[in-house]
Amino acid sequence: MSGNGATSVEIRNLDLSFGAVDVLKGLNLSVREGEFLVLLGSSGCGKSTLLNCIAGLLDVTGGQVFIKGRNVTWAEPSERGIGMVFQSYALYPQMSVEGNMSFGLRNARVPKSEIKERVARAADILQIEPLLKRKPSALSGGQRQRVAIGRALVRDVDVFLFDEPLSNLDAKLRADLRVELKQLHDRLDNTMIYVTHDQVEAMTLADRIAIMKDGIIQQLASPGEIYSRPANLYVADFIGSPAMNLQQGKVENGRFLAGEISVSLDSYPFERKATGEAWFGIRPEHVLVGDEAAGADVEFTIKAEVVEPLGSDTLVLTSVNDKRFWLRISGQSKVATGDSLRAGVNAADASLFDAGDEKRL
Amino acid sequence: MTEATAVLEGAHGPKPRRTFSRRNIFLYGTLIMVALYYMLPLYVMIVTSLKGMPEIRLGNIFSPPVEITFQPWVKAWAEACTGLNCDGLSRGFWNSVRITVPSVIVSIAIASVNGYALANWRFKGANVFFTILIFGAFIPYQVMLYPIVILLREIGLYGSLWGLVIVHSIFGMPILTLLFRNYFTSLPEELFKAARVDGAGFWGIYFQIMLPMSLPIFVVAMILQVTGIWNDFLFGVVYTKPDIYPMTVQLNNIVNSVQGVKEYNVNMAATILTGLVPLVIYFVSGRLFVRGIAAGAVKG
Repeated sequence: MSGNGATSVEIRNLDLSFGAVDVLKGLNLSVREGEFLVLLGSSGCGKSTLLNCIAGLLDVTGGQVFIKGRNVTWAEPSERGIGMVFQSYALYPQMSVEGNMSFGLRNARVPKSEIKERVARAADILQIEPLLKRKPSALSGGQRQRVAIGRALVRDVDVFLFDEPLSNLDAKLRADLRVELKQLHDRLDNTMIYVTHDQVEAMTLADRIAIMKDGIIQQLASPGEIYSRPANLYVADFIGSPAMNLQQGKVENGRFLAGEISVSLDSYPFERKATGEAWFGIRPEHVLVGDEAAGADVEFTIKAEVVEPLGSDTLVLTSVNDKRFWLRISGQSKVATGDSLRAGVNAADASLFDAGDEKRL
Repeated sequence: MTEATAVLEGAHGPKPRRTFSRRNIFLYGTLIMVALYYMLPLYVMIVTSLKGMPEIRLGNIFSPPVEITFQPWVKAWAEACTGLNCDGLSRGFWNSVRITVPSVIVSIAIASVNGYALANWRFKGANVFFTILIFGAFIPYQVMLYPIVILLREIGLYGSLWGLVIVHSIFGMPILTLLFRNYFTSLPEELFKAARVDGAGFWGIYFQIMLPMSLPIFVVAMILQVTGIWNDFLFGVVYTKPDIYPMTVQLNNIVNSVQGVKEYNVNMAATILTGLVPLVIYFVSGRLFVRGIAAGAVKG
């Protein structure tokens, strides 16, 4: 896609295997200029491997990597116009903060005065000027990660690569730095590719999320789209906490049937025609309770088995056809364990998946 | 009595221990015995080396010297004869220095780069290379003695100091490479990746990132090599000639000389002098040694 300024990173048919193990299989991915793309998946799905391939830290087995229209498949990491931030910060322990940030520039033989200028500018953006003379061992976790970001920042790169950068921080700091990262992205407008296993980070930061499993991208879409219209059963189950309620049954005569449940699918926006075995998924917050349930596509009565008040809302665990069924209701509602609830579900809020290929119907 | 006062009046502070408990007597008794057992030979050597020959002939090797004399030390260092040379151990000492210093530097320099390459730059065939190298450590030296004689003769280094330096460097390679590889493997891999992204090459990363973090393992390697090469006898006697014999070989020639009377005091002094270098190295860097061995053993 060279010549098209809108594409920042493009990956074509990327294969990577370690010996007999295929980690990435024919992967295609196109990242737009200035986009914040999150690679999300559980451990071992190949997301970090993909990032390392983009960075040039791993030699690919097949396929090509383009950055800004330039084929960089065999280019050195330093020649790709990328900066990388690691989970363990990876600061050089014997160098000061300033030394860490300027190491890349010194390797590139940038004039001293310009190095000073660029380090000062990056330090200003990240508010770490008072730390410049310190050694990494004298910094807190959050400060270290800022320096690590600064190291990528000074190099004026096209693409930032983040490999689980917040995973080693405590919860409070992680939330703070997440916001800062988002602001940094708004301010710099660089392309950022961010690897994480944390859904919250993915949902909050991303312009688009690529959900990976077994070296294959399961779905590449905006956070909203992924949440409301998961492309397959894996994505539906993976995203959301508690996860989407799933029921196995079959589609017959415009209705979904599972045990005693029978849902009219008249309002469901089918993407393809289907009958037979299928999965029906509904998010906990889309289950209507009490008076709201009246007139829904299906109505049933369930018993609250566990009640978890979270403050803003309350999670209620029930069961339907002997499968766990979560409800998310308002924090104000008074529900106690053992209460019987009237529940309803509209097909328009649901997701249907074929039981065979597990893809969205 | 309320609970609060009970706490105040009851036992508090560290548990009192008796200095002469049965446990302590047994523990320290054993330790002191073992320590004495190990110290005894050294004591005998020092005491004997400070006696004159008439006193030694009296036969009591444990008694302290009546008349302290340093003459045996002087003789051992500067006057004892081996073969045609009568300038004592000093000749061997300087030979050993000229052998040890370059051998240690060359072997450590090469082995550390080997270990670094094996740990961080997983090149094709790295495992095969490593296996062959480690296998080399298990081949008995004796098997290779003569082939190496031929090899050195062919390249014209047989009987020279540099020939011995090469032999020492090669024989130190397997264990040193293993040592360095394990140490570099234990360093965080992300540091190496970060340096690559920052544009540092093979040598840039080695000198600017890896070396400054590896002082402990370099000290370990240095101690292993200095003591190993200094104490070497076999290679020294096989690959050099009398003029450039290392100190150990010369010591043997002094102690085992069959002519004249056995001068036990000179022999003892010569032996202590020869052992002094490793001893000093251990005393100076013992702490770093332990730290480095522990660091290298973390992963591998």
